[in-house]
Amino acid sequence: MSKANRPPLPLTIAAVVVAIAIALPLLYLGFRTLFVGGEEFRELITRPRNLIILSNSLGMMIVVALFSALISIPLAFLTTRTDLPRRRFWLVITTLPLAVPSYVGSFALIAAFAPRGSFLQLLLEPLGVEELPSIYGWTGTIMALTLFTYPYMLLSLRSGLQGLDPSLEDAARSMGYNSKQTFFKVILPQLYPSLVAGGLLVALYALRDFGTPSLMRFDAFTQAIFVQYQASFNRDAAAVLSLVLVFIVMLMLWLEYRVRSRAAYYTRSSKSLYSTKIVKLGVWKVPALIFCCTITFFGLVLPVTTTLFWLIQGFTVEHEFIDLVSPTLNSIIAAGLAALVTTLFALPIAILSVRFPNKVIAIIERATYICFGVPGIVVALSIVFFGANYLPVLYQTLPMLIFAYLVLFLQQSVGGVRTSLLQVNPQLEEASRSLGQSSLQTFRKITLPLVSPGVITGAVLVFLTAMKELPATMLLSPIEFDTLAVEIWKATENLDFADAAAASIAILLVSMTSTMLVLSQEKTR
Amino acid sequence: MMRSKIGRSIFSVGLAAITTGLTLTGWNWGTEVANAQRRKTLVIYSGRSEKLIGPLIKQARKDLNLDIKVRYGKTSQLAIALLEEGKNSRADLFFAQDAGALGALERRKRTLSIPIRTLTKVPNRYRSPRGNWIGISGRARVIDYNTNLVKKSQLPRSIWELTQKKWRGKVAWAPTNGSFQSFVTGMRVMYGNKKTLNWLKAMKANGAKVYPKNSAIVKALGRGEVHLGLVNHYYLARFKKTNPRFPVAHHSTRYDAGAMINVAGVSVLRTTDQRRDSERFINYLLTRKSQSFFANKTKEYPLRKGMKSPKGQIPLSKLKSPRINLTKLHTLERTLKLLQQAGVI
Repeated sequence: MSKANRPPLPLTIAAVVVAIAIALPLLYLGFRTLFVGGEEFRELITRPRNLIILSNSLGMMIVVALFSALISIPLAFLTTRTDLPRRRFWLVITTLPLAVPSYVGSFALIAAFAPRGSFLQLLLEPLGVEELPSIYGWTGTIMALTLFTYPYMLLSLRSGLQGLDPSLEDAARSMGYNSKQTFFKVILPQLYPSLVAGGLLVALYALRDFGTPSLMRFDAFTQAIFVQYQASFNRDAAAVLSLVLVFIVMLMLWLEYRVRSRAAYYTRSSKSLYSTKIVKLGVWKVPALIFCCTITFFGLVLPVTTTLFWLIQGFTVEHEFIDLVSPTLNSIIAAGLAALVTTLFALPIAILSVRFPNKVIAIIERATYICFGVPGIVVALSIVFFGANYLPVLYQTLPMLIFAYLVLFLQQSVGGVRTSLLQVNPQLEEASRSLGQSSLQTFRKITLPLVSPGVITGAVLVFLTAMKELPATMLLSPIEFDTLAVEIWKATENLDFADAAAASIAILLVSMTSTMLVLSQEKTR
Repeated sequence: MMRSKIGRSIFSVGLAAITTGLTLTGWNWGTEVANAQRRKTLVIYSGRSEKLIGPLIKQARKDLNLDIKVRYGKTSQLAIALLEEGKNSRADLFFAQDAGALGALERRKRTLSIPIRTLTKVPNRYRSPRGNWIGISGRARVIDYNTNLVKKSQLPRSIWELTQKKWRGKVAWAPTNGSFQSFVTGMRVMYGNKKTLNWLKAMKANGAKVYPKNSAIVKALGRGEVHLGLVNHYYLARFKKTNPRFPVAHHSTRYDAGAMINVAGVSVLRTTDQRRDSERFINYLLTRKSQSFFANKTKEYPLRKGMKSPKGQIPLSKLKSPRINLTKLHTLERTLKLLQQAGVI
């Protein structure tokens, strides 16, 4: 082993911090499980009801991931590689459903499509439609989760596509492949890491979500965990059930590891010499636009108009609206810091896992998924436990809230950076080093610009999800530091749909503006 | 080319400015709050929403000359957070939505006893026999119905009638909801486990529709998705407020668990360093002024002896509610088992 192969010290320190951070929820769950007797443990994990809802959750998770892929792959391709009219508009707009909190989205879907009294039913009533087929259960849950999480996959695929080396496609074409063959044999296989990184996020989100299934009256596994907290204040049984989720996440990671290809995703040449070929859509232009419109309608227009409808209803009854200025600022501060800090810690993890791979770093990188795969309240309680008891000075201050966001959302950033970095030829960095640049200079001048699509994607993802985060914010924020998500929750808890609508619109506006700002900085290749 | 370069540098400068700004504000927030907590502040963990009690807290700050800070959240999650925080909790008081959460904290010895002078302001059925929590306002279980779909004469006279064929697929319930579970616990306390289990099974077999919470049921009732719903009494008033023609009304059964009364109440936490102030605050909640605030604003029943019931609700004295020891409502574990046995959750 030469000296060059030893990772720089700052990277290692960052990795240690991350390792401790993500170990906390696991330690907590293990600790809580100790209080559960063997008999009770066995009973909890073999209870028929729990096994049924676990299989419900797994089935739902797989379908949601599949549907997300079916939406994201065409969208990613259309918005980066084709002459789709108003491509940049669609690029931003198709990402935005992620900004819709899934509880708001589910409410909107129910208001629009519930069997009776919904917009659609009232519209069809003159035609004699008394009752629509039920949206509740599998249909609604899958619809809501797919519509509001597919952008995870889309963003990941997009940054993957941007990093692809166009020369490979040229080569494929020159060897006689047509567009279709090029897509399936050259582009898609290279997108594998992005597809997996995004797909895992979608799947884990579906697995750990509680709000959507409960609003859609779907019996998901998370319900069993919440019932333990809610009805018997039993933290220990809830921990055992959460460990079941941890186990499933680990199984998924192991499977992914087994099938992960060991191929290199970079090429030897410098890609700036080639420009990406833009595919002419021709007759496909109209179907492509219809596709984009449909997805945008359900994922963005529908929730926004429903929310606006509630808002207007509030105006007509002269509702006294809450003051949203300080919650909006708080949301921006908290989510902004979360995006910043998370990116700072994600970079070292991604660099270490790609450039200095070893077992330890592989485990740390994989383990970041685990915190994303258990319900937010479980992670929040683990930080409540360690924070209050071992770091009381910082307990319920902004730094600790940001720390909680880091633990919760690190993976969203690591995934993006890592896939981008996989596409960077290490020889470029070595060349820079051999020309006398320090490793820091190399990083700044060579690596960072090349991985910027991934870094930006990660930061946007963290910002958007931190804006929506609820359980950790409620328990760990400084007292009376209310964010927009907290305001939405308070309002819906109180059946105050006008206030909920106002806060939702504020979240949507902040999210859209920031997404547009960031994405418009992307280089148009 | 030049322009894009300038654009990019403007962007990076802007980004840097925002970053520093964020960090500074963030740091300010952190230290400011830490300072505030070093001053004497009465910290309340509230499972009751800000919309409901916010104005009252504001008034209490003035009237009691106290610095009061409130952390709002879900009752159950705050209770668990209090348990996890242990000795280092910053909370002085816990204001819970239901007696179950208060009972759980009392049982785990996280609360202090409340002076007898305060306790006796409220009838003894609405407070802990051990004296560690006290009810502030009451909520009744009722059957809400869609007035377009059900005639008054057809309404069930007891919860047992809900398992009849004529209600097949027409009744809404919320088995994962805390207040529903308290109701089932009440049933267990009154009629025993076996009879309760049979009722749950019969309800399920009769196609009772599952909703996540009371408000969702009332909403579904308004849409005509279901005919009857087992809910708490105060949700309807809020729907009526935005839509006076909302087609739903109250119905109450007599002396069975379907007409049970549960309370929202408070307890003083063992971790408090302001026991006196906490007690002053509880007394404040029980003044005539605060009690009529609950009646008017939240349509809940004021629990202080001799207070009038809220307008538009069946008076507390006329409500045929069964007598149940509310502290027994914390025996939710057995209720959960029952609900699981019946295949409901």
